Amino acid sequence: MMKKRSTASLPGFRITMGYTLFYLSLIVLIPLAALFLKAATMDGAEFYATITSKRVLAAYRLTFGASFIAACINTVFGAVVAWSIVRYRFVGRQLLDAIIDLPFAMPTAVSGIALMAIYGPNGLIGKHLIPYGIKTAISPLGIVIALTFIGLPFVVRTLQPALEELDGEAEQAAASLGASRWQTFWRIIVPSLLPSLLTGFTLAFARALGEYGSVVFVAGNLPMKTEIASLLIISKLDDADVPGASAIAAVMLVATLLILLSVQGIQWWSQRRTGRA
Amino acid sequence: MSIEIQNISKSFGSFSALKNISIKIENGELISLLGPSGSGKTTLLRVIAGMESPDPNPDSHVLFFGEDVANKPVGDRKVGFVFQHYALFKHMSVFENIAFGLRVRPRSQRPSENAIRDKVHSLLSLIQLEGFGTRFPKQLSGGQRQRVALARALAIEPQVLLLDEPFGALDAKVRKGLRDWLRGLHNELNTTTILVTHDQEEALEVSDRVVVMNQAKIEQVGAPDDVFHHPASEFVIDFLGNVNVFHGRVNQGQAVLENIQVGASDISIPAGEKANVYVRPNDISIDRVPTGKSSIAAKVTRINRAGVHAKITLMLHNQEEIRVDITMEHLLELNLQLEDLVFVHPNKARVFVPDYTI
Amino acid sequence: MSTNSKGIAIGQQDPTWVRFLVISISIAFVALMLVLPLGVVFWEAFRKGVSAYVASFQDRNAVRAIYMTCLAAGIAVPLNLVFGIAASWAIAKFNFRGKSLLIALIDLPFAISPVISGLVYILVFGMQGWLGKWLDGHGIQIIFAVPGIVLATIFVTFPFVARELIPLMQEQGSEEEWAAISLGANGWQTFWRVTLPNIKWGVLYGVLLCNARAMGEFGAVSVVSSNIRGGTNTLPLHIDALYNDYNSVAAFAMASILAFLGVITLIGKTLLERKLQQETSSSLESTTTEESQ
Repeated sequence: MMKKRSTASLPGFRITMGYTLFYLSLIVLIPLAALFLKAATMDGAEFYATITSKRVLAAYRLTFGASFIAACINTVFGAVVAWSIVRYRFVGRQLLDAIIDLPFAMPTAVSGIALMAIYGPNGLIGKHLIPYGIKTAISPLGIVIALTFIGLPFVVRTLQPALEELDGEAEQAAASLGASRWQTFWRIIVPSLLPSLLTGFTLAFARALGEYGSVVFVAGNLPMKTEIASLLIISKLDDADVPGASAIAAVMLVATLLILLSVQGIQWWSQRRTGRA
Repeated sequence: MSIEIQNISKSFGSFSALKNISIKIENGELISLLGPSGSGKTTLLRVIAGMESPDPNPDSHVLFFGEDVANKPVGDRKVGFVFQHYALFKHMSVFENIAFGLRVRPRSQRPSENAIRDKVHSLLSLIQLEGFGTRFPKQLSGGQRQRVALARALAIEPQVLLLDEPFGALDAKVRKGLRDWLRGLHNELNTTTILVTHDQEEALEVSDRVVVMNQAKIEQVGAPDDVFHHPASEFVIDFLGNVNVFHGRVNQGQAVLENIQVGASDISIPAGEKANVYVRPNDISIDRVPTGKSSIAAKVTRINRAGVHAKITLMLHNQEEIRVDITMEHLLELNLQLEDLVFVHPNKARVFVPDYTI
Repeated sequence: MSTNSKGIAIGQQDPTWVRFLVISISIAFVALMLVLPLGVVFWEAFRKGVSAYVASFQDRNAVRAIYMTCLAAGIAVPLNLVFGIAASWAIAKFNFRGKSLLIALIDLPFAISPVISGLVYILVFGMQGWLGKWLDGHGIQIIFAVPGIVLATIFVTFPFVARELIPLMQEQGSEEEWAAISLGANGWQTFWRVTLPNIKWGVLYGVLLCNARAMGEFGAVSVVSSNIRGGTNTLPLHIDALYNDYNSVAAFAMASILAFLGVITLIGKTLLERKLQQETSSSLESTTTEESQ
């Protein structure tokens, strides 16, 4: 079969495929396998004890909770932003569109210190809120703010193409059948956008789970209080507890993979629902 | 040069694109592979070009000049392939597109810059696009792009020209002009040309021979008038233009429709078998009164006068619709009106008995 | 990006107050969440004047950090570029089983927390890792040294080029390549003369994003870095160190370089997206031009 390929298909399959698999294994697959093997070499009880210790559970709770809240905020505001960019024409629209990707382009460490300069105890905004007892940094709220910052583009960029595809014919049809704009919105627009909203939410959530750079600066990193899972992995490493770090990492990795799998599921479901190939 | 395809099959997963195809293409011939989409015609063309490999089988061969080219890659087969969507190199000028095949040759075989220029200019004049050399593909119309694609293929002096639905993406008028031009070019260059098309009119008009394909098999091979007038199967007669189908039965070796007998006598089929009688619209005559016992009563439901012929739609008493083409003079003579009761009479019919095809 | 003419028509049907409200919320949210942090970086960097800003760069460690960042990106980007082109050629031009699995595996590093990306290399090359003892015996240090930084950078930027090129090349199809091959070109000629000119904007786009991430990566490199100043610290790590020393101006001065790079990336990205749209749409171009003969 391989011999045939060389005459009746474009050239270069074996070399490009070979290189792809080689490089993929070397850089990604083998190191990842190392993580799971490491976690697997711990005995079950030890593994379980590590990932259910109080400090670790608190970190998981914080990581998932803050990521969830940030993803929710992003879904709401991301939808509003995407709607403005796609549906309306106003001065600065293209600039707004371009700026959305800033969190992709800005290094997380830079975002982290910038957010601290704004929301920290001496920050532009933070210092005005401290007197009211609102701590916008060194607190779970600070973590939510940082995770909102990095997650926004995921929702907007997922929603934009879906909104563009809604070319208005269905809406005009609904209007011609006597539906009010409000009815059209809830019965036509929201259902059509639901898969993209869900996908955008999930991507923002997954990204937030793994975020490290921007959070460490604003979190304060107090064990049991503002210590996220990524940070806990690093502090385990600093204590030379490699198995412990691996166990926490393995759980996070599996969670992220499950979430991304659910994105595939959402897309499969929406394609089946709308009958698109 | 002659090309021989022997026992070629090709499947993609569980889908069979070609089932045991054999055919011989003569030197200097313009042959069409005609069939609906999914019939395997493009796959066959790509197998000939070497862009698909046939399913492995010791008896299957693709021979160019008697030489098996199974292990020859596309570039060594000297075929000029023209794609349906032109596949022009977008970032190159028309000149560079045509020169490409010459420029990529190994240094020892590469013509000089002057020779390349002369060659491209002569091809540009052949495709009647002198002075278009510096343009880019997107500045050309569809028909012009297709001619550039052809010139590009001709630049390597191919032994055979393979055209995959070359006019498929063009509108009807351009298509007709290019078709005639292609036929002229083929005669002038004296090449062997294989043309894939789903347009029966195109195939019948330009080809020396037509290969009618359906569901991965060859239904019939023959000269255009041969396949048109002597279709070998129901599929062929149905695919090559409009046709009326009457559903009858075999009786005393003839197909019997209502009370009339049609078709050539053939004794070998048992009576009572279902028979399908195919009659082309221009092979039916219309009369005001019954002419002999083979006339069928029908009612006029529609008269379309737009065209060289008048197209009459009639309804038989069993609610089946038939279409009849008659000359304008005849229409005037008959003075037909809607709802008129007339008698139709098939002059020439093809009878197919499923499983006993005559 | 959306120049949907119908979009204008339906958008303008909404009542003015709705439009005003929605646009205001969008702009306010983006200004607060995105623009403000960007502005603050430059504000803080120049807080104590231009001379303090400039002085930040005269530090030996700052120069070393800039060098390390350029080195890591300078190795990671070309390697991932070659990989991206090879992978997209294999995936877009051929049919084989397990293609979607391969694409998913290539995307995997995007899904993985940067900290975990660093950790996996410790598990392979670190003292407690698979090869740690052997490497140590041969005097080779990877973790807490330059190779570790480079490896971690390669990992986190692994999918960028491939992910841009795979859909682009799939959309463009293989007809032009087949045309080139049928005209006698070999694979190499086909790639250089036909494929590459068709995907050049996509390549540039992928490289741009890959580079931005490579230069800005923090989590993964902080795991494998020795955190010794003037050693393996890249710019983001150096920013961290300065910030923890309460050397705010210097930290923000370093950050301003990366923020500037981010802005350049955004501008380049926006410009390239326009070019890319042409690249994808030209292959689908219809033949509406009038026949002139």
